[in-house]
Parts: sequence; C-alpha cells; structure tokens
Amino acid sequence: MSFTLLLVQILNGLQFGVILFLVAAGLTLVFGVMDFVNLAHGVQYMVGAYLTATAVAATGHFGLGLLVGLAAALVLGLVMEMVLFRHLTRRDHLEQVLATFGVILVATDGVKMIFGPAPIALAVPEALSGSVALMPGLLYPVWRLVIIASGLFVAFLLWFLITRTRIGMLVRAGSTHPEMVSALGVDIDRLFLFVFAFGAMLAGFSGAMAGPILSVEPHMGDTVLILAFVVIVIGGIGSVRGALVASLIVGLVDTLGRAFATDLLRLVVDRSSAAQAGPAIASMAIYLFMAAVLIFKPSGLFTGERATWTK
Amino acid sequence: MTATPSPTLAGRVVAVLLHPASAIVGLALVVVAAQVFGQSFWTTLATRAAILALAALSLGFVLGQGGLVSFGHAAPFGIGAYVVLIAGEAGIRDVFALVPLAFLGAAAFAAPTGALALRTRGVYFIMITLAFAQMAYFVFSALSAYGGDDGMSIVGRATVFGVKLFRNDANLAWLAIGLLAAVSLFLHGTVHARFGHVLRAARDNEARTAALGFSVFRTRLVAHVLAAGFAGIAGALMAEQTGFVSPALMNWHRSGELIVMVVLGGSRRLSGAVLGAIAVVLVEEFLGATTEYWKLGLGLIILAVVAGRVADLGRLVGRRG
Repeated sequence: MSFTLLLVQILNGLQFGVILFLVAAGLTLVFGVMDFVNLAHGVQYMVGAYLTATAVAATGHFGLGLLVGLAAALVLGLVMEMVLFRHLTRRDHLEQVLATFGVILVATDGVKMIFGPAPIALAVPEALSGSVALMPGLLYPVWRLVIIASGLFVAFLLWFLITRTRIGMLVRAGSTHPEMVSALGVDIDRLFLFVFAFGAMLAGFSGAMAGPILSVEPHMGDTVLILAFVVIVIGGIGSVRGALVASLIVGLVDTLGRAFATDLLRLVVDRSSAAQAGPAIASMAIYLFMAAVLIFKPSGLFTGERATWTK
Repeated sequence: MTATPSPTLAGRVVAVLLHPASAIVGLALVVVAAQVFGQSFWTTLATRAAILALAALSLGFVLGQGGLVSFGHAAPFGIGAYVVLIAGEAGIRDVFALVPLAFLGAAAFAAPTGALALRTRGVYFIMITLAFAQMAYFVFSALSAYGGDDGMSIVGRATVFGVKLFRNDANLAWLAIGLLAAVSLFLHGTVHARFGHVLRAARDNEARTAALGFSVFRTRLVAHVLAAGFAGIAGALMAEQTGFVSPALMNWHRSGELIVMVVLGGSRRLSGAVLGAIAVVLVEEFLGATTEYWKLGLGLIILAVVAGRVADLGRLVGRRG
C-alpha cells in the first residue's frame, strides 16, 4: 500500500463520486421539489451515454457529439415529463415506483433491441486520451481529471443557479412551500418540467462522461441509480450540497474500501480469511455508512434546507 | 339457492374465480392434469408460479396491509435460497430443517435492516430498502466460497427423514403449493386478527394509531420481518426447483417484479398478489417463448395499467392538472 497507490485510488474515488453527483443532483431536486420517486433516472444516464456514443460516431468529433447527445437527453427528459411523469407527481409513491419501473423495463429492452446487448464503443477524445505525471512516478489519465473538473464545474453552476438566480429562488421556494408558490402565480408544473429536464440532462452528461471509462451497455444505469439513492439518503432529500458531499464520500469509501479492505484485514486476521471477507466487507462499506447516518440523522446529513446550499 | 346477493351468473363466476382459494386450487389442478397427461412442463410452470406467488403474497402483506413500499424484497428471497445452498454444503438437507432455517435466515436480515428503514417514511423507505437489498446482493456476490458472482449448484434436493422425496418434480410442486396454501391461511388469519387491524390502522392514520396506544413501529417491524421470512421460504423453494443459487436471484429487478405482481393483482386483498404472480409468470412464459425482449412487453403492460389508473381517478375526482 504505497503512497502513490493511495493517491491514485483517492483520485479514482473522487472521479467516481463526481459521476454519482451528476446523477444524484438531478434526482435529489426532483425528489425535493415534487416528492417524486424516479427510478428511471438511471435510464437517463444510460440513454445519455448511448445518444452521445451515437452522435460521436456520426459526427466523428467528441465535443460536437457530446453537445448533440446532451441536447437529445434534454429533449428526452422534456418528452418523458410531458407524456408520463407529470401525471404521476401528485400520486401515490407506489404508482410512481410502478410506472418508472415500467419505463426501466421498456428502455432497457428497447436499447437492447436497437444497439444489441453487447457494450458499444465510446472512445476518449484524442487530445485528452493520454496521461499526465502529477508527481514523479504518478501517471494519471487526463480524461479522469477532466471528469473531476467538469463535475466540480457543474456543482458550481448549480450553486449559482440555485442561490443567485430567479429560477433557483423558485426552486427553493417550491421545494418547501409549493402551494404558496403556486398561489403567488408561479406555474409549479412548468417549474417541475424545468427541474426534471435539467436533471435528465445532467444524468445524460454523467453517462456520456463515464461512457469511455466504464462500458456503454443497457444495464449501466442500474448500479449508478442505486448508489445515487444511497447518496441522496445520506445527503438529505432535496439538498444539492448534501448530494455533493455525500457523493464524494460514497465514491471515496467505495473505491478505497475495494482497494484496501483485504490488505487492511490481513493485519488482523490470516491471509485466506482476509481474502474471503475483504471483498464482502468492502461492498458493505457504503451501506453501513448509510445505516450509521440513518441512526444519528434519519433524514440525512443536510436536512432542513431542502434544495438549497445555504440555510 | 344461497342468500348471497349475486345478481348474475357471470358475477358469481367472477366471485368464485377471485376467491382467495381459487388460484391455489387452480395451481393444484394444473399439477394433477400434468400428471394425468404426462406434461412435466406444466408441473414446472405451476411450481414456479406457486413459488413466486408465495414471495408476492408476503410482499403484498406488508405493502397492501401495512402500506410499506419495500423495494428490497428480492433480498430475503435470495437469502432463503442461499440458506439452502449453505446448509446443503454443511450436510443439512432435511426439508423440516431447511424451511425454518430459510425463514430465520431471511428474518435475521430483515430485522436490523427493517428497524433502520422503518425510522424513515415514504420515499426514504423505498430507497433504503432498495439499498439494503443491493448490499445483500453485493455481499453474496463477494462470497467466493459459495460461487461468488457466478453462483453454485446445490448438493441435491431436500430430503424427508433421509428419503429423497423431492427428486420427483410433482412432489416438489405439492410442497410449494402446500406451503403457499399454509402461508395464505396464516396471513389471512393475521389480517383479520387484532394485529392486522392495527397494521391497517397505522397505514391509514399513523398518528391516531399511535395515540390509541399501539406501537406503530413494533407492529410494522413484526410485519416486515414476517414477510421477509415467508419470502425466504419462497427463495428456498426456488433453489430447490432450479438446483442453482446465484446473486442474480436477488437482483433488484426481482424486487420490482414482485411489486408489479402485487399491484397488478390488487394490493388491498391478499389474494391479489397470488393472482398477479400467476399472471406475470404466464406473461413471462408466453411472451418469453415468442421474443427475447419479453420485459419490454411487461413494461408496456405496466405502463398501460398505470395509465388506466391515472385516467380513472382523473375522471372520478375531476382533473387536477
């Protein structure tokens, strides 16, 4: 367990956390503003990756393809909201679970029909495909650094939108007092449409950025969705700041746990039982962390400030 | 003539078909017919339907009666299956040991995770049950001694006092149907007992139930653990039927499918889950025979059902945007 390896794993954890943040940010706003369970958010992530991969293949240029993919993800979010989700916002959670689960089944098999069950290729753009030496003996892929940077940029953008703009003010107000906001003449359904589509685009962006390092395949959204749920539970529903902190924690705990649990266990138990128990304990780590948060703060770390950054 | 107010013959036929016992009797008749006509495939299908009906029934109990939308019911189901695998490796194969062990194994998982999840409400509860189920999935995927990701075959089917009774598929079908009937009876009694009334009261008005002096938390936890235990038995039966146990048994899609079964059949009645499970198994079987994309069909059916419910209520209460 050298220092360089530790540093690499910390960067990997940050990069994974950023991917989770991009998915969880939209999800937590949709939960916070509309009290809406969207299981199909992972579908947006997966479809975003597919759309970008297709657009990149068609245009031959990553940046152009990414823009087209993002626009398509945004349009898809708008269409999904208008066709289906807007009719579910004031309904039972059970019905929301059912409908969005139906969307998952249709989308996953639909994508399988069109693109086949095998992963499709999405290459890192040429200029960003190399590695840089962060310090002597530590080479790190540029693309992963780009992911971290773009995630932090989106976090800044969201902070700005939510605290410094009119629409952000409406989102904050709408998440705590929807009746009052709508009594003041704000179209709360349109606000939801905006939040939902923006969240869908962020998830699509996340999928597009993760596509080159993970694989673009029909079930790629599943794991991310459930980890995004863990993030939201830890961070507190509706809190974007909570989502940011919690996703970085989850990303780091999960990555470092998987990298070092077996080695750490070897200090206390013998080699073979460490090899047995290490992976199992590592995969439980984030859930145990979630359980601990639930024991001490049942509604998440950043509660009472729904959809906001500052109290 | 009976004094029941069934005006038409059709109405009476529907009432009989929807009777809680009909579905179970129907499954039993399928097994009998399979024996008579020598169609072993029907036996397999009826066994599978009975097993998933048992799992859906247990979920329908907490979801319908308790109003607790658990999105992690695949976990106790899968744990029940792993109990069969692990006990088999340890030399325990008697059905009278396996069934209680599967119940206890699943309940042992559900008690602490349920106690944590029940500290929360609504959306949180859904996400947390899902997260804990996923934890179980990854833990069993990491157990390399029991096949890890790939899973493992069980040593052999259960025995009864050393007799390899369940080598015969029909006997396994009778075991599954018998357990389904027994659990149905037990839950039917529970629902109509004081416990069931408290559970429903807590679903409808938690504050008032608590004010009446009932412990809502304890009632819900007991219901949650009980449901998990029965799901564990269903999982054990699934392991017996397929002879193979893998983490895929507790994939979160199964949790979703169990919810679909409960809601399609009607969550307010216990028997709804059984009917829903049979319906989904038939859809899986017949759509699956024609296309490999049968889940797309299932998804469209779900969306159609939800759309129907949304439209219906919209008409009843007037449009609410």
